[in-house]
Amino acid sequence: MASKVLNVFYKDDDILMEAVKKVQSKNYRIEEVFCPFPVHGLDKLLKVKHTRLAITSFLYGLVGISVALTMMNYIMIIDWPQNIGGKPSFSLIENLPSFIPTAFEMTVFFAAHLMVITFYMRSKLWPFKKAENPDPRTTDDHFLMQVSVGNNDIQEVAEFLNTTGAVEIDLKK
Amino acid sequence: MSHYEAPIRKPLVTGDKSYHDITVEIARPVEGKANKSWWIVFSIALIAFLWGLGCIVYTVSTGIGTWGLNKTIGWAWDITNFVWWVGIGHAGTLISAVLLLFRQKWRMAINRSAEAMTIFSVVQAGLFPIIHMGRPWLAYWVLPIPNQYGSLWVNFNSPLLWDVFAISTYLSVSLVFWWTGLLPDFAMLRDRAVKPFQKHIYGILSFGWSGRVKDWQRFEEVSLVLAGLATPLVLSVHTIVSFDFATSVIPGWHTTIFPPYFVAGAIFSGFAMVNTLLIIMRKVVSLEDYITVQHIELMNIVIMITGSIVGVAYITELFMAWYSGVEYEQYAFLNRATGPYWWAYWAMMTCNVFSPQFMWFPKLRRSIMFSFFISIVVNIGMWFERFVIIVTSLHRDYMPSAWTMFSPTFVDIGIYIGTIGFFFVLFLLYARTFPVIAQAEVKSIMKSSGEKYKKIREEKGDDANLYEMPEPKTLPDFKKLIAEANSKNDSSDANSKSE
Repeated sequence: MASKVLNVFYKDDDILMEAVKKVQSKNYRIEEVFCPFPVHGLDKLLKVKHTRLAITSFLYGLVGISVALTMMNYIMIIDWPQNIGGKPSFSLIENLPSFIPTAFEMTVFFAAHLMVITFYMRSKLWPFKKAENPDPRTTDDHFLMQVSVGNNDIQEVAEFLNTTGAVEIDLKK
Repeated sequence: MSHYEAPIRKPLVTGDKSYHDITVEIARPVEGKANKSWWIVFSIALIAFLWGLGCIVYTVSTGIGTWGLNKTIGWAWDITNFVWWVGIGHAGTLISAVLLLFRQKWRMAINRSAEAMTIFSVVQAGLFPIIHMGRPWLAYWVLPIPNQYGSLWVNFNSPLLWDVFAISTYLSVSLVFWWTGLLPDFAMLRDRAVKPFQKHIYGILSFGWSGRVKDWQRFEEVSLVLAGLATPLVLSVHTIVSFDFATSVIPGWHTTIFPPYFVAGAIFSGFAMVNTLLIIMRKVVSLEDYITVQHIELMNIVIMITGSIVGVAYITELFMAWYSGVEYEQYAFLNRATGPYWWAYWAMMTCNVFSPQFMWFPKLRRSIMFSFFISIVVNIGMWFERFVIIVTSLHRDYMPSAWTMFSPTFVDIGIYIGTIGFFFVLFLLYARTFPVIAQAEVKSIMKSSGEKYKKIREEKGDDANLYEMPEPKTLPDFKKLIAEANSKNDSSDANSKSE
């Protein structure tokens, strides 16, 4: 039989943080925590690895600038070079000053949009996605900690959690 | 956990509020019914919008000849309005991105509406170049799309094309920045919704946001990186808009000071518009506890500083015209100040340089009525600035026989009024359907910057407990619950097997 999980509700971020420390000292497993707002330090406390989204953004930016320069080199230098107001147009490097604004904008465009798309995909966010917070109050003022009972006595675990400042404890369905 | 903030900092959320109170108060304008004043303002805005739409249809079906343009002045109200709207669109990203990087907590009450304003005003700005094309259905020709005309590519040497890339990047990045921030707040509305229709709509809009720890970690990282990207972006956009003029050889336009001068002017007019909108909105939807006098004062200080930067730029322009020794340049500026358009020049000077200086007085910058008045004055002044730069530089060109004046037709005026109407239609709809304050973020600063907790620290010291432990509850007998659930499952399992 799979281990039972208790839904433990708190109504304050400080109490939640303290409770997490207490639960960890008892070696109970915290499966997930749902919060109505970002609680600073909670991810470190739960040993959630730091996200690598910023790195992806940098890489996407490199893709953006490469796409921009390749495109402008093809269009303005290779495919159809033109003499526009006598501006140098014989090589990418000569014409580069004119290309900087577009190259910059496309770098930002790729870095921002692809990072956000990556975030949405990694966190499984998209239109028509069904929300997965177990209780509607977790977007209002309740913090929900899901604690796995494991091989411990469920009543004992619940009694302990009750002392950490929980406002409600119930069984995960 | 420390929520310490220097006591000298004024509270950003006033009143004795719990987290739940914030939810209720921010959901109220969305969940309640619109009042009479909303309907009146909305109707006026809608009529203005429809009037503008009529003028646009007339322009497109008849031609640009319906405008007051002539052979000397080929750019007038269209580009004036374009730059004006793009400028207004700068405050939103500045508030949400630059102030985030500087860790300014006061941005949280106003960033949502400022970003909405940004998006709606960039939409208005984008209309003008598209209408001015004459054949707006060919607007996609500004994109580098392979084609059978030769191949006829767009010109990447042209600042007008840089504008296409800058403004579309700005609009789309601002939109995703805004929407990502909206997800937790839409989720809050979704989870509170009683009627199934609303629940469904906010469910779609919130993208299934659940608020796991990992989601929040990513959310904060994405916000920070987007702010880092949007900060140079917002500066680049108005820089590139100013290149439209600065790369030309028209006296009065051909100056290197344009990029910083335009950016400062944009922030100036953007903050003025934020003040105009929020001073009304905080009253109408009773959010005075979140958008406090402190917020208005800080915005007034930004207006004062950027207004002074703009003033320095005006004077530098005059100095450089004289110092350059170029007589065409000198004449262009002399003509601006003393020629037939002197009234526009002095309206600009009075509104943009003189009027923000009142904000040196704490009493005036803390007065809501006065702030509102100045915000309107600044918006008028910034419109005149663009009019002065564009029309006075063009109307007396190198050939005196071509000298002329510009007078707008009813179509010029109609389209301008129409965009103001369209802007307010969008903003009013937004105010009724979106969470107008980033409530999740506001909740996260309550303990450091909320009045309630500041008071507790004042009374009990900086290391005071900012929470009360709830009384332990009597717990149900979980073993019994499990046993009951199991017996139910067993019987249903047996049923499914027999099927």
